Amino acid sequence: MHELSIVVNIVEIVEEEVLKAEAESVSAIELDIGKLSTIEPAAFEFAWKHGIRDSVLESAELKINYIQGIGKCSDCNTLFKMNALYDSCPECGCYFSEIVEGKEMNIKTIRIEEKLKPEKES
Amino acid sequence: MCITCGCGTDSAHIVNKDHDHSHMNNKGHIHAHAHTHESIQGHDHSHSQTANGMGQQNTESRIVHLEKDILHENALLAARNRGYLDAKSILAINLVSSPGSGKTMLLERTLTDLKEELLFNVIEGDQQTTVDADRIEKTGTKAIQINTGKGCHLDAHMVMHAIQDLKPVENSVLFIENVGNLVCPSMFDLGENERVVIISVTEGDDKPLKYPDMFHTSGICIINKIDLLPYVPFDCDKLIENAKKINPNLTFFRVSCTTGEGLKSWLGWLMERSAELRNR
Repeated sequence: MHELSIVVNIVEIVEEEVLKAEAESVSAIELDIGKLSTIEPAAFEFAWKHGIRDSVLESAELKINYIQGIGKCSDCNTLFKMNALYDSCPECGCYFSEIVEGKEMNIKTIRIEEKLKPEKES
Repeated sequence: MCITCGCGTDSAHIVNKDHDHSHMNNKGHIHAHAHTHESIQGHDHSHSQTANGMGQQNTESRIVHLEKDILHENALLAARNRGYLDAKSILAINLVSSPGSGKTMLLERTLTDLKEELLFNVIEGDQQTTVDADRIEKTGTKAIQINTGKGCHLDAHMVMHAIQDLKPVENSVLFIENVGNLVCPSMFDLGENERVVIISVTEGDDKPLKYPDMFHTSGICIINKIDLLPYVPFDCDKLIENAKKINPNLTFFRVSCTTGEGLKSWLGWLMERSAELRNR
């Protein structure tokens, strides 16, 4: 259940940002999760509900962009869609490939709510 | 409190017979570094103000473009471990497998057989008990046990503290026996030189396809318990074929820690790899 570790890491990173920004709260968060990363969507969503309790993310709207896996064949340089780590090159059948996209586990953006600063007097 | 990183109360726990103490925080293996380190990317935010999502008049929304790796804290600590170990020419090996594949027994054999050739230290990772560290210490090797509590893997932070306690000497070999789990430990770089995945013949030759990440991130695959091959429907060549679909660069050793069959080539590889580091 490493998904819970991932959620706790996210909470820590966001708490740090909220503190730096002296923000009030976080109203939204957007994540990039590669389909070839080890994150299982159902397990992640379950872990999310529990992991964000009593944290700055408790009422944040969650958006996850699941990134399609893309491999580059080491033999013929073909770029191809990868749905599993054992997918071979559709052109030459080779298993040597570099994963170009699909391993991401990033926090892309957060939307923070800040106190309105009083307007300067003229 | 830990001076290095400010962590305090316990859950993941390092058991050192000299001075038993805890280094981890109350979230278990996850460490709250949140307020002690600056973000690598700094504060490169765009300040596009948007409509107030909360429907209140006294706050305004701001989108912060973080683009931050969720595991970046672990990556930083792993790099730190790697730098320390590299400076001391210590070969660090992260042993990963399902529970019961024979990680501890492989260690017992390796430590005993190479006692005269190499200096060893061992970090043992388990959810509970010091059973494995006790087994290792019986071979005469210094071992330290990390109990992860509910945690399903070791991370770079736990290993950092274990190294601080263990104080491995220069030119030695540091084995890190991870928590028995073929999934979660694959995500966590500990700062090792080599990741070695062990699979025993009682587990099935389709495991690499079912649990690809561990085979994808390892450099060495040890097929253990080959003395049981006559009794189980396990095809070594099929296992290798499946594992190579995930990671064509894997090197394989077929061994039995019970009979000693095949161990010579594994031990030879280990001596060679350690010599490479020492003789740079």
